[in-house]
Amino acid sequence: MPDTSLPVTPAQPVRFRGGGFTVRTHRWAALLAFAVLIAVWESTNRFGLVSPLFLPPPSAVAKALGAMVADGSLWQHLKASLMRIGVGWAMGTVCGMAVGFAMGIGSVARAVGVPLVSAFFPIPKIALLPLFILWFGIGEPSKFATIGFGVFFPTVIATYSAIDSVPRNLIRMAQSFGLPWASILRKIVLPGALPGILAGFRITASIALILVVAAEMIGAEYGIGAFVLTAGNLMLTDQLLAGVLVLSLLGLAIGTVLSILERRLLKWR
Amino acid sequence: MRLIIKDLCHRYDDLVVLEGIDLTVREGEVLAVIGPSGCGKSTLLGIAGGIVAPTSGTIETAGAVPDGCLNPVTFIFQDFALLPWRSVEDNLALVLEHHPLPAAERRERIEAGLRRMGLWDFRKALPKQLSGGMRQRVGIARALAVRPAMLLLDEPLSALDAQTRELLMEDFLALWQRERTTALYVTHNLDEALRLADRVVVLSRRPGRLREIVTIEEPRDQRLQPSAQAHLAEVRDRLWHLIRAEAQLADREIANA
Repeated sequence: MPDTSLPVTPAQPVRFRGGGFTVRTHRWAALLAFAVLIAVWESTNRFGLVSPLFLPPPSAVAKALGAMVADGSLWQHLKASLMRIGVGWAMGTVCGMAVGFAMGIGSVARAVGVPLVSAFFPIPKIALLPLFILWFGIGEPSKFATIGFGVFFPTVIATYSAIDSVPRNLIRMAQSFGLPWASILRKIVLPGALPGILAGFRITASIALILVVAAEMIGAEYGIGAFVLTAGNLMLTDQLLAGVLVLSLLGLAIGTVLSILERRLLKWR
Repeated sequence: MRLIIKDLCHRYDDLVVLEGIDLTVREGEVLAVIGPSGCGKSTLLGIAGGIVAPTSGTIETAGAVPDGCLNPVTFIFQDFALLPWRSVEDNLALVLEHHPLPAAERRERIEAGLRRMGLWDFRKALPKQLSGGMRQRVGIARALAVRPAMLLLDEPLSALDAQTRELLMEDFLALWQRERTTALYVTHNLDEALRLADRVVVLSRRPGRLREIVTIEEPRDQRLQPSAQAHLAEVRDRLWHLIRAEAQLADREIANA
């Protein structure tokens, strides 16, 4: 029986309150933002609001970039930078993963490694370049060492944190079925740690890009960093920004390669 | 296979978890272990399966193992413990890969396990593509692939909904009807224990001590019959009476901690 003592209110539709707080994709928003930014930038120069010496228009930057492509200097500089990034990053990554793995699975290695990594990690690696030049000379080895050293510590941290995040129940399961130690490492720990390791690659690739530019600015004939520094010294700001644009595209390309790698290797997520 | 536990004690630093456990799991029986939260049920299972080292006491197995047994004492886990990056059939392959089996036998074991659990059509699926019940069936198929002599089941149905639990209990009953594999079954669910076990061990609150062992006389395949209900209700009351006060005290201890 309904309670007749309660006041009766007329029927009302239930108000929807669940909107917002959801991320929607706006495919064209980013492109539009870029287009607006470039248009504003170009027009500030066209209307004489900013001197092209201090901020050359996008059209001048594109022209400078076109000239670099035409005379082959872009490839020359890019090749030198890519080689340094490749070798330095590979050195730092291989060593960092080896140490990170040791720290991830060995308690003694961790007890020794964590304080050392914590002490060395915050050092700005470029500050060590003069020392590396002293040890390895002004040529390529000192640049490889700077990049490798910069990549090494974040890789160590990413690797051993990734190993820590491998669910222990999977390891216990493998042990309960009698899998040998090496199989557990290869079949459980390594694939389980892969997402964390790949996330670390994204960070170390950016670090390598920053360090290669810095190292090339200190002592190199070729390389995007050297090119940007020379252009700055000669007040060729259109070329300077063309170099910066190349660096930005390089970062984007590395990020894309890593995304493809993640999609391929982590299909199961 | 029998499992003999003698004078077992276990502690984590200063915390005594299990104390003075003497217990034998008889050949071919299903022994359920119940008790309040934190009484050391899962620790007992881990020790029985050799993945937790006991502080003191001995654990021994004795008796025959089936032909082709690759892992006499085999776990079925509460959270399934499936490798998310491996397909269903590769999860089964994982536990066979380190044994020197001919490829044909390996394939045959995988296929037999998957067909028995009704998963053959899902052999290429990843665990994330399966329901909770199907994931646990993969866990059971994986355990069967090594032809175990004894199963250690750690609350295998507790992560599942009621309907799936019922279906999997039927699977377990069919398995024990056919294979007579010895089993140590940890659960906090009295109904599961009453439906599946031959005997039920009641542990006290922490430190877990053996309070009582209750035998269920009804054959497993007749426990849903109306004639069995009166006796099962009696056993249920007795078990509940044994753990009720302990569970309340354990709850208070956990809240105070």
